[in-house]
Order: sequence, then structure tokens, then C-alpha cells
Amino acid sequence: MPEIPTTTPVIEIQHLKTRFGENIVHDDVSLQVQPGEIFALVGGSGCGKSTLLRAIILLLQPSSGSIRVFGREVLGLRDAEALSMRRRWGVMFERGALFSALTVQENVSMVLHEHTQLSSELIDEVAALKIALTGLPAVAASQYPSELSGGMRKRAALARALALDPELLFLDEPTAGLDPLSATGIDELILNLRDALGLTMMIITHDLDLLWRVADRVAVLGEGRIIEVGTMQELSTSAHPLIREYFHGARGRAAWEQAWKKK
Amino acid sequence: MNVQTAQLLIETSAPSAAKCVTVRCIGPWVVQSIAAMEAQLDAVRQLSQTEFLLAAAEVSALDTTGAWLLHRTITALERSGSKVTLEGLRPEFSTLLTLVAGANLAQKLIAPPTLSLLNKIGRRAWVALQNLLAMLAFVGECAMVLARALAHPRSIRWRPVLHNLQAAGFDALPIVGLLSFLMGVVIAYQGADQLQRFGANIFIVDLVSLSMLRELSPLMTAIIVAGRSGSAYAAQIGTMKVTEEIDALRTIGIGPIELLVLPKMLALIIALPLLTLYADITGVLGGMIMASSKLGVSFDVFLDRIGNAVSLSSFLTGIGKAPVFAAIISFVGCFQGFQVGGSADSVGRQTTVSVVQSIFLVILADALFSVVFNWLTL
Repeated sequence: MPEIPTTTPVIEIQHLKTRFGENIVHDDVSLQVQPGEIFALVGGSGCGKSTLLRAIILLLQPSSGSIRVFGREVLGLRDAEALSMRRRWGVMFERGALFSALTVQENVSMVLHEHTQLSSELIDEVAALKIALTGLPAVAASQYPSELSGGMRKRAALARALALDPELLFLDEPTAGLDPLSATGIDELILNLRDALGLTMMIITHDLDLLWRVADRVAVLGEGRIIEVGTMQELSTSAHPLIREYFHGARGRAAWEQAWKKK
Repeated sequence: MNVQTAQLLIETSAPSAAKCVTVRCIGPWVVQSIAAMEAQLDAVRQLSQTEFLLAAAEVSALDTTGAWLLHRTITALERSGSKVTLEGLRPEFSTLLTLVAGANLAQKLIAPPTLSLLNKIGRRAWVALQNLLAMLAFVGECAMVLARALAHPRSIRWRPVLHNLQAAGFDALPIVGLLSFLMGVVIAYQGADQLQRFGANIFIVDLVSLSMLRELSPLMTAIIVAGRSGSAYAAQIGTMKVTEEIDALRTIGIGPIELLVLPKMLALIIALPLLTLYADITGVLGGMIMASSKLGVSFDVFLDRIGNAVSLSSFLTGIGKAPVFAAIISFVGCFQGFQVGGSADSVGRQTTVSVVQSIFLVILADALFSVVFNWLTL
């Protein structure tokens, strides 16, 4: 969904540099995510996608550069300010990261208990609502994460990420490790949530079907920088060797043909 | 962000006098700012009027929590027989309200069933029985693996044995040495006063060396090792279970007991008697230093006397207990590790259980040893 470029970007990264000792992960990364957009970040394994995500959500301190979220610089924030920023975004981790000692319901309501003054009764209802919105059956609410299937665990993680009604959602590999049917379900869920709640999303993924179906814009990360940003249409005609390799392998071609058939 | 709290204005001065109430909803109805609204909406539900007009034109923001609060108020009012009209809500907010209302229809939270006392007791007993059976099965499994390993000593994995020997044995030397040294000091200190009164200063040698060699150093070393290494065994195996590494070992065709339990057990059975011997030495040394400074029993006299005070059998009963304690500690630690379920919480719980159980069993075994040795007049 292309936006008018005059609005403040939700995420704006400029000249970000990250290194661990000798190993330079990001050399010069710059990108912008517009409001209401589903922005996908792709790249080969180990190119620093997750590291970039961790830098944006304040889990990792990059070496230099600037990251602005909702128009505010997030690097070097004090704890209280960081907390107020963290309440405005939700994160779904690759492996769910649900608290294993709590049921799904408790995983969601815990966030609300921590950050709101709502009554317990209302919190329980809102948590049940979030669980329902992510398409989980009611029985799942009282189950523990270890009792859930992979797809259900992803949905439960998404329900927790949505607990505080964030404006911005980060999804790390939302469809990784899922069967095609569950993955399609997640694709639809992401689109529905964006349409219903007007969320901005940043997705890290390897799933080409997800990219074709869901992403508004895609950034390809490689060689320590953003190689190219554009819609999947634009990227699929790119001449850059890394991108050609990524999108025109056997899998890439199949997903591309699939996407064409739909249109 | 323009922070402004959500508001509710109740206006009873509606056209048809007392029958209709207008409720104006104002401001951002979002999760961060609607906490106060909850009570107010409950108050609205208490009103006696039967017609409500919710004027929602001034709602500036609405999220799912706000929409839910609105929805639940409307349904509660309608259920009590009132007529509710919602007007002026922005179209995008209406979509959200419909979504929330729709999601609610299919779902109802299921409360976990509460159990009766008898039911709880039954379940507890059943779990305890299952645990006991599992423990027996584990003993059997370990014994079989051990027998097989002893029949083919070449099949034993000596590298992990050596590694465990260092971790559980060598690395524990400083703490075991320090604590038993202090224990020797304490015993000599306590005994000195009493013995001095009778002029029986020389018997400090008997007191320190007998109590250290026979009872205290084996017991204390075992308790330290249970806290240090037994808990580590439980946590390591438990974490491997959570991350499915145990299952992976099985599929590769390596027995987890053979790789994880046996080396630990062997290493500890070798290490604990050696640690006990070391604790004997440092404990007696502590007693010796106290004896010479407080009672005037010099090192020469002390060492002269020690041969008469302690028989070989006393020394050997102390050292002989150590392998049994080692077997208990490593067995309980590993067993509790395998008992871990799918969660991080359960790793912590089983680790605690392993330490408590192994210390309990070590002291129990020590008591049994005392009875048996007394019976055998050793």
C-alpha cells in the first residue's frame, strides 16, 4: 500500500553500522518504513536480518548510525523512555518465545496486567479476544505452549504481541517451520490484521510465497547494506546477481509463477 | 503522541425526559487510557433508564481493547432489556467493532475445572507412585548399561569421564578444602574448652581426627558435591531434554544413559573418595592449628598421637561411604534431569528436587551406615 511520502516514516534507519569484534555485520544500512505498510526484510542466512531487528527493538546496541522509530531516535534512550517506546510495538519472535510456565491466556494477560490498570475481569476478556482474533480455538487459551502445534504457537505468540494494541508489529520468520496450509493461514492472518487494525508491520522472512502475497515493499539485505528496495515486481526484474540468485532459484520461480496465476 | 484520556459524559436531559440517556464517548478509546472508563461504564449499566443513546462522534481513536469495552457495554445493556443506539462512530471504527463482536461470538473462555480434596489426594498419590516406578525403571536401565559397560570396558567413553572428573572433582578442591578446614577449626575450638576443664588436652587429637575422618568429611563433601555437581547434572540433562537433544541422541543411535549418565557416575565414584581424603587432611590440619594455639598441643605431639587415636577401620569406613554417596548424588541428579517436562520452569523445579533429594538420601544412607557399622562393631 504505497503511502504519500510526506508522512513521517514509522521506522527510519540511517547509516547503521554493527560489528562484533572483527566481524562487520552491517556496514551502512539505511531504510524507511512508511505507516500502514507491510515491509519485508529478506537476505541469505547470516546476513544480519535478525541483528537488524534486535537493534531496532532495543535488544542490541549497534556501533554507529541512527534508528528513528515513530520519529524518535531510539539509540541511547533512557530506560523510562525505552519502556514507553516498547509499549508501542509488539514483537513476535522466531520460535514464539512464549513463557513456558504460563498458559496461552496467561501469556497474553500478563502483558496487560503489567502495563494497564484494567480490572482482571476485563483483562481476561481482552486476552480471550486477542486469542480469538489470531484464529486460535478457545481450548488453546488454557493450554501450555508445549502442548501446542507449531502453527498454533506462532498464533499464540502473535496474540501476545498484539496484547497492548501496538501500532507497529515486528514478525521474525512468521511462517518458518510451518506446513503450507498453516503458512497460508498466517499469510491471511497478517493481511487481515493490517486491514482491521491498521498496523504497520516489519517482517523478516525467507518465505517467498509470503513475500508475494503479503509484502508491500521488500528490502534485500546483503554485503552489509540494503542492496535494493522495491515491490516484488520490481525486485524480480532486478539485475543484481545476489537478488537474481535469491528470487530466480527453483523455489523463487515456483512462487513467482504462483503469484502470476493469482493475478 | 497527544496523550489525552478517554472520557464519558452522561446527559440525562434527553428529549423524552427520564426515559432516555445520552452517553457521549470522547477522546482516545485505547488500551492505555481507558482504565477509568471501566467503572464509569459499569455505572451506566446501573442506570434505571431503558433507552440509551451512545454518541460516539467524538471518539478520536479506537483499538481492540476500546472496541471490546464498547461492545461489552452494549451487549450487557441489551441483555438487561434496554434499547441501545450507537451513532456517529467513524466508519473505520465501526469495522473494528464489528470484527470484535464477530470474534466474540464463537469464543467463550473455558475455566479449568476445580478438583475436590479426595480427587487431589488421589492424583497426588498416583503421581508419587508413577515417580517411584519411573525411578525404579531408571535404576534398572542404569544398572544394565553399567553391566554392559563393565563387560566391555573399551566401550566406556573415557573423555567425558575425564571431563567430569575435572569438573566435579578437581574444580571442587578449593571449596571442599576451605570448608573442611574451617570445620576442623570449629570442632577443635568447641572441644578445647571442655577438655581443658578436665586437663585432658591431648584428647583433642581423638576428637578432631575421629569425627572428621569417620563422619564429617564424607558427609560434608557429599553435601557440597550434591549442591555443586548434582544440580548441574539435573540442569544440563533437563535443558537437553527441553531442546530435544536427548531425542536427537536416541535417533542417532547413542544411548543417552551411556553418554550422559554413565560417565558422570563413574567420574563421581572416583572423585568423591579422593575429595573426602582431601577433606580429611585439611580438616585435621584445621584442628591441629587450633590445638597448638589454644591447647598447647604441638604439631609433633598431635601427629604422634593420631596413629593411636584413629584405627585403620575408622579411616576406611569414612572413605568407604564416599562411593555410595557419589552413586546416590549422580543417580538422583541425572534421574531428575530426565524427569524434566517441556518448560524452563520445570528445569528449575527438577534441579531443586535433585539437590533436596540427594542431600536427604545421603544423610539417610549415612545414618544407615552408622547403624550397620555399630552392629558390626567396626
